[in-house]
Amino acid sequence: MSPKFAVEVRVMPRRALLDPQGQAVEHALDALGFKGVGGVRVGKALTLELERPDSGQAEDDARSMCERLLANPVTEDFTLSVRPVE
Amino acid sequence: MMRVAVIRFPGSNCDADTLRAARNAGADAYYVWHRDRHLQRADAVLLPGGFAFGDYLRAGAIARFSPVMAAVQAHAEAGGPVLGICNGFQVLCEAGLLPGALMRNARLTFASLPVRVRVETDDTPFTAAFERGATFMVPVAHGEGRYVAPPEVLRQLEAEDQVVLRYVGENPNGSVNDIAGVTNTERNVVGIMPHPERAADPLVGESAGAKVFESMIRRARVPLGGTR
Repeated sequence: MSPKFAVEVRVMPRRALLDPQGQAVEHALDALGFKGVGGVRVGKALTLELERPDSGQAEDDARSMCERLLANPVTEDFTLSVRPVE
Repeated sequence: MMRVAVIRFPGSNCDADTLRAARNAGADAYYVWHRDRHLQRADAVLLPGGFAFGDYLRAGAIARFSPVMAAVQAHAEAGGPVLGICNGFQVLCEAGLLPGALMRNARLTFASLPVRVRVETDDTPFTAAFERGATFMVPVAHGEGRYVAPPEVLRQLEAEDQVVLRYVGENPNGSVNDIAGVTNTERNVVGIMPHPERAADPLVGESAGAKVFESMIRRARVPLGGTR
């Protein structure tokens, strides 16, 4: 059986695009009294487990998942991390 | 009689109004479930509004992988007319049948209100019955209707007459260039955020939306290879 890898995907709205959710959170933090907060952006995180022969293959497949489904290539950027599951 | 498939996804909720508007325009309209793989010899395909698959992940992101979408893709590639309304527009963008994407409204509110739109081109199967430049009132109802596209795509849309509808006055979602609807380069696939099926009957006040469906019928009568 192939080893298991834990994949974490982070999907963020592209920097150049307006992120109204981030702005709303920023305003709320300010209202709470947290001063000097800037650059708040809201994205999403996904975790999944992959059975693959090695981490290289796990990363390749995870990248392909991001490109085809998990992130929208027009509006979002993604980063991913892959680590073996004990 | 023109055969028109209205696709139903789990979470579609404008399917009945869309079917009715197509029938009132004179189409033989019928439902096709998203798990079906055939469009039953459809001449045109309508993707109605709603919240297919609960808008999980992103609006339209899951629906584009429904079995029926392969048939819709084939229909579109063969030049068949396809109209996506609201959630249907989101599905078409996710499927790559239309350029760009629809993001969360700039003001974070769900925009449910009547808006005025201008018909920027009559050269699509769904606007042929309008005068170019005509405006009409039509409801919008969406949380993710802010159309965006990369600068080079936007330039092409504007230069090649691919903007179909544009908001006049109030832009309910902050879309770039006030865009409310676009078409592909082949001009057979159209996506619009407003709901013409909700403004297609004098009983509900505005009825200019009926022309979207009348356009579809009118265009069907133009023989293939016609002048437009």
